[in-house]
Amino acid sequence: MVDVMGAPVADRPRGVLRRVLASELVDRLTAPHGVDRYLELVDPRWVVRETRAEVVAAVRQTPGTVTLTLRPNDTWGGFRAGQHVVVGVEVDGIVHERCFSLAGSPHRADGTLELTVKANPAGRVSRHLVDHARPGMVVRLSEARGDLTLPPPADRGDHLVLISGGSGITPVLSMLRALVDEGHQGPVTFVHYAWTLADVCYLDELRALTAALPGGRLLLGLTDQPEAGDLVGPFSVEHLAAVTDDPAGCRVHLCGPAPLMAAVEEHLAGLGLADRIHLERFGPPPIDPSLDTGQGVVTMVRSGRSVAGTGTVLETVEAAGVRPATGCRRGICGTCTTTKTSGVVRNLVTGQDSHADAEPIRLCVSVPCGDVAVDL
Amino acid sequence: MPNPITHLTPEQIDAFGEELDDLRRRTVADLGERDRGYLERVVRAQRGLEFAGRALLFAGFLPPAWVGGVAALSLSKILDNMEIGHNVMHGQYDFLQDPAFEGRAFEWDTACPGDQWRHSHNYRHHTFTNIVGEDRDIGYGVLRMTPEQPWKPSDLGNPIYAALLATFFQYGVMLHDLEADNLLAGRTSWSDTAELRAAMARKLGSQTLKDYVLFPLLTGPSAPLTFVGNATANLVRNLWAFTIIFCGHFPDGVATFTQEEADQESRGGWYLRQLLGSANISGGPLFHVLSGNLSHQIEHHLFPDLPAHRYPELAVEVREICERYGLPYNTGGLAEQFGSVVAKICRLALPWTKAPEAEAGAVPAPSTSAAPRVDTSGRVLAAA
Repeated sequence: MVDVMGAPVADRPRGVLRRVLASELVDRLTAPHGVDRYLELVDPRWVVRETRAEVVAAVRQTPGTVTLTLRPNDTWGGFRAGQHVVVGVEVDGIVHERCFSLAGSPHRADGTLELTVKANPAGRVSRHLVDHARPGMVVRLSEARGDLTLPPPADRGDHLVLISGGSGITPVLSMLRALVDEGHQGPVTFVHYAWTLADVCYLDELRALTAALPGGRLLLGLTDQPEAGDLVGPFSVEHLAAVTDDPAGCRVHLCGPAPLMAAVEEHLAGLGLADRIHLERFGPPPIDPSLDTGQGVVTMVRSGRSVAGTGTVLETVEAAGVRPATGCRRGICGTCTTTKTSGVVRNLVTGQDSHADAEPIRLCVSVPCGDVAVDL
Repeated sequence: MPNPITHLTPEQIDAFGEELDDLRRRTVADLGERDRGYLERVVRAQRGLEFAGRALLFAGFLPPAWVGGVAALSLSKILDNMEIGHNVMHGQYDFLQDPAFEGRAFEWDTACPGDQWRHSHNYRHHTFTNIVGEDRDIGYGVLRMTPEQPWKPSDLGNPIYAALLATFFQYGVMLHDLEADNLLAGRTSWSDTAELRAAMARKLGSQTLKDYVLFPLLTGPSAPLTFVGNATANLVRNLWAFTIIFCGHFPDGVATFTQEEADQESRGGWYLRQLLGSANISGGPLFHVLSGNLSHQIEHHLFPDLPAHRYPELAVEVREICERYGLPYNTGGLAEQFGSVVAKICRLALPWTKAPEAEAGAVPAPSTSAAPRVDTSGRVLAAA
């Protein structure tokens, strides 16, 4: 098995003592709990099979955001620019898991990771981090996930267009930093939308990074401060024209609020270039109102309970007081994956229907189409 | 003993249920950091005792170290199985959303695979509590624990079977979901249980390897002493768990029910069955922790998925509610409750201890519906 950075997984953790702790013998001696359940009581960073990271810096760059520098322990397997992690944070004794894109370059010499979190008024985790994150705090990390990544260096002949809005900047910033570290020579345009100049995280660095790339260019669209930006209003044909006169030669990486993503997708699709877009969804997908979501009955086969469908399968069972394990709640992390034992569900992210019995489904993005039974 | 409650109307039973629902809601709303703090303290104590016990047995050739090691390891296994394992596996701490304490994935330091326990205990026993023929915890398919179970000659060995079950309790619990009595009687087939048996073999193998092979070998020349020490710790845990668990549903005064009674019971009626089918053990705070708070069996059966360390405070309100409704609240000291269980095990070995209905030549005559029968004066009639 090889991890995302190409280093064999067997090389983690590092050092003789840590390798012994991660050995099968110690695993059998500490059965059934496993060695991490003992090590974490001494120091949570000592775990050898899971990943923990210590916050080494917490900087508030703009109002309502925090930029965290994390030092993961030696079980961390690295990441590719544009990927995200599931971060587990304890708030009032309860562990909450949320997905965050990694904003730093994967090539940082000290191996630290960077996350920028924007406080969402309804978001318990983001508000907790913005208000309370401080050096010394330890969080849980999943392995890096996600397919919104840069193509390999040999395959980067296209004009790379990185488009983001608000806090969607993080995955594409990671790409921009990686391109600088890798000495990329080709054309790169970084397009970012925010309300005002003061709301642009990393402004100075964006200018420095785009200046450091031979083909680099920065275009800012400031909705509430148009005179200070390069692009006026929401994304439009003119914006696309400002980016390039050859849209077919572009590869677009996109992350931001749903209206921005929809506008970019629509414009490129209109040009027959939908396949040029690589995007990261941001926020839960909207539920398709054409689905008969209210008509299905969800049966939980383990407990024998049945409830009328209300929204996604996850929302339905939670409304009934059942609490399956959940993570990102937007169809990415797979934490809530549960076997559907019968019936049809539609995945709101992929739009695909699952007809087969005994198929694993992601509860958080699956809506019942008729009666459904799940292994809960 | 059949359901003795005759004085409550269905409306009163509903009101009783609503009071308990309200207590439950208030408790759920208060769950948080305090519960994590408690659980972490117990886990820390358990892991510390386990480490100390294993470490002391490396010096097991010194008698005080051996005794200390066995004591620490016994306590570790008791805490692991009862206050941590049993309670976490009920999902009591699922609200923490911590993978380490996730009810549906947790494994405990005993031979029974967690998944099988979740089925036989969380589902069967807590759903069909004290329903004769449905709740397999009534005698575990081996013992005669209520006069409603028909007497057969092999029941003469009741006290012997109980002593054997207590001694090898972890293996008895492991085999529970197999329903060996049904298997031997041909009511279920061996092929249906292949998956269960494979999971048992894996867990039993892992537990045996750790306690009886790896740790003894690691202690070198002390290997036999470590082997015996680990066996003693498992035995201490077996006897303690048996004692506590048998005090939960078998002391005198605990009621049993028929499926018909339970079939259409209201939510209040469900609470009532849980109350009447359980018995508490009184004692100090340390005793409650070591019993996994199963000394509050009544509260546990009313609220199986609330953190057990809250049962002592819930018990104050539950008792007060029971008093107002004129309901029995079965509690007593350990010696009293266990003494009554032992007496019952011995008594029911004898053939003249049939239930009155059974003597009349009929199966236990239930009421025709779960709702208590009410006579013309509005009084609820006894179910049997």
